[in-house]
Amino acid sequence: MNTTAHGFKERSVKALQNTTLQEALARAYGGFVHKRQAAIDALPEFDALCEQARRIKDHALDHLDHYLEGFEAALTAEGGKVHWARTPEEACQQVVAICRAHQARRITKGKSMVGEEIALNEALEANGFEVVETDLGEYIIQLAKEPPSHIIAPAVHKTRGEIAQLFHTFHQRIERSQPLAEVPDIVEESRQVLRSVFLSADVGITGANFLVAETGSVVLVTNEGNGDLVSTLPPVHIVVSSIEKVVPTLEDVTTLLRVLGRSATGQAMTAYTSLLTGPRRADDRDGPSAMHVVLVDNGRSAMLGTAFRDMLRCIRCGACLNHCPVYGAIGGHAYGWVYPGPMGAILTPRILGLRAAPDLPQACTLNGRCQDVCPVHIPLPALLRKLRMEAFTQRITPPRARFPLALWALLAKHPRLYHGVMTLAAGLLGRLGQRRGRFRTLPFARGWTEGRALPTPAVQTFQSCWKHRRRSDPS
Amino acid sequence: MKVRPQRVVGLLVTCLIDLFRPNAGFAAVKLLEQAGCDVVVPRAQTCCGQPAYNSGDARSAQAIARQVITTFEAFDDIVIPSGSCAGMVKIHYPRLFAQDAQWQQRALALAERTHELTRFLTEVLGISESGATYRGTATYHDSCSGLRELGIHAQPRQLLASVTGLHLKELRDWESCCGFGGAFCVKYPELSVRMVSDKVASIQKTGADTLLGGDLGCLLNIAGRLKRQGSGIKVYHVAEILAEMAGHAPPIGEGPNSQ
Repeated sequence: MNTTAHGFKERSVKALQNTTLQEALARAYGGFVHKRQAAIDALPEFDALCEQARRIKDHALDHLDHYLEGFEAALTAEGGKVHWARTPEEACQQVVAICRAHQARRITKGKSMVGEEIALNEALEANGFEVVETDLGEYIIQLAKEPPSHIIAPAVHKTRGEIAQLFHTFHQRIERSQPLAEVPDIVEESRQVLRSVFLSADVGITGANFLVAETGSVVLVTNEGNGDLVSTLPPVHIVVSSIEKVVPTLEDVTTLLRVLGRSATGQAMTAYTSLLTGPRRADDRDGPSAMHVVLVDNGRSAMLGTAFRDMLRCIRCGACLNHCPVYGAIGGHAYGWVYPGPMGAILTPRILGLRAAPDLPQACTLNGRCQDVCPVHIPLPALLRKLRMEAFTQRITPPRARFPLALWALLAKHPRLYHGVMTLAAGLLGRLGQRRGRFRTLPFARGWTEGRALPTPAVQTFQSCWKHRRRSDPS
Repeated sequence: MKVRPQRVVGLLVTCLIDLFRPNAGFAAVKLLEQAGCDVVVPRAQTCCGQPAYNSGDARSAQAIARQVITTFEAFDDIVIPSGSCAGMVKIHYPRLFAQDAQWQQRALALAERTHELTRFLTEVLGISESGATYRGTATYHDSCSGLRELGIHAQPRQLLASVTGLHLKELRDWESCCGFGGAFCVKYPELSVRMVSDKVASIQKTGADTLLGGDLGCLLNIAGRLKRQGSGIKVYHVAEILAEMAGHAPPIGEGPNSQ
């Protein structure tokens, strides 16, 4: 997926002005929050489960090499094949090579954020394959030629009207005088269209929610059942997964699933949970004849042994997006790459480099709600601060931000000078705005005063008043 | 005759109260003195260092933190009328010195005796009655740092419940950020204004005539938006109400001729 992460600021302003987007976001934003809360309120041991989930992921990351090799051995024993890819290019080449080897033409896909990360669709299409997304949200944005805007709800930025219009334009074979109006009709029509695609695909590609080292299983959760059709109907199933998805046991997966569904959509469990362990066995009635798992690193192993290792615990529930006031105001596209919101503000600069996404760690109030709702306790604000420190030391922070900061720091380190300057500032600005108690506009504070009045400083600072009080109060 | 020697409390006024709202600082002094504390306001204080820390300038933040530690470590208790500044001292100073055992020790020792004002009054001094009067319906903005780093939520409400004439109505989105975020509010003004507009809308929905909070940054932001929209809702730091000093200064963002 192409990145435009450097254009965050302009995109965020455009997003705020986009009324259709605002309509879609307003509808979605509260829904996720309330459903999650209701699901958690109904499960008293939720916090304990989260702590257990954190420990499982930490343990797996501490022994990542061991469990990845374990996964490879177990899957190989079941007849599957594991491929290791250091970079997105390597991963795409491996997938293309598998598709070529099986003389594939049509490929169905389940939703995969790692697939988006490595720009898999673009690579496959460039090599002449026909790729059809089968997750409804992914299908919609594929028709619209847009990237996903949310890691679990890729088309959350689209209104029902926009989707109906897309279907009206692209489903020409279905005769209809006007666009569909109701959600069930939209879902039903996508089912009809996709059914024939499922049956005629040569290769199915999915992501993975978890990889299980002890059994070699790929765990996939969906609400539409499309994952099962993609992974079992075509003769070849390819899984693309990043390396941090591996966990030791099936028992661990049950714990993680209990926090994943609740954190993501407020569901106790998603509608479909599939465990895929190798290709079709002799006595299986269905399933692919070949199963491949492409394990993508793309910067993850470099995060191990650093503070950013905590980020690898992420189970992609999207709760941090759903509770982020910045994401809620602008949606995912402004972030410019596949991972938006708080988790994206850390992953994008880590994977693509801080210079490619200089705004992302800064565009946050550090309010900490994301950390509160993260089921695996990732210290997101602390990691964002860490990125800000890197930006500052590497001089990625622009001079217009550095200069006022340096001036302020100089003052703050010299109390006498500081109080002198503050006394002057209060005397001047305080008197200027004394009558109304606020400024409508101030030349050096436009960022503030364009949308807000600026309350005026007091005529005398606290410290000046305190000095006088002490003088007149001999005790 | 006093049974035990007075607690000597060092007040970290905060840079925003020093410049914008001295009345809130004096209200904090009054509350502490009423409770029998001996309040000292060291002249060597400037700011807690958050602007540097949150902008990635760790070296300046450390220099300022060392200054605060040196200035305040002699006191029995350090009290701060701000959740975010108290969070900075309690949670972030020790982290700032992760590579410096000696300073980290001093930072931890200070952190242990540092308290946000309403927590100090309720949990350390055990005060539940303010003895104050304020006529009006207020709503309360929980500042994010105080709420999530220090667990400040029940303390101001417990104290406000004892204010005669005050009726408290809760905000529906009390967990949402107001969009201040320090430098965020001027770096990303459009985003910040959107967030504070949402907050202001929900404040107005409560029907309250007064907005209270414990962090001046958020209060300046919210008052600024309320006043831009022509709202008559009065904004005060919670200490000003508890110390019955709301009458000593016009509400935040208002003056004698503000209408």
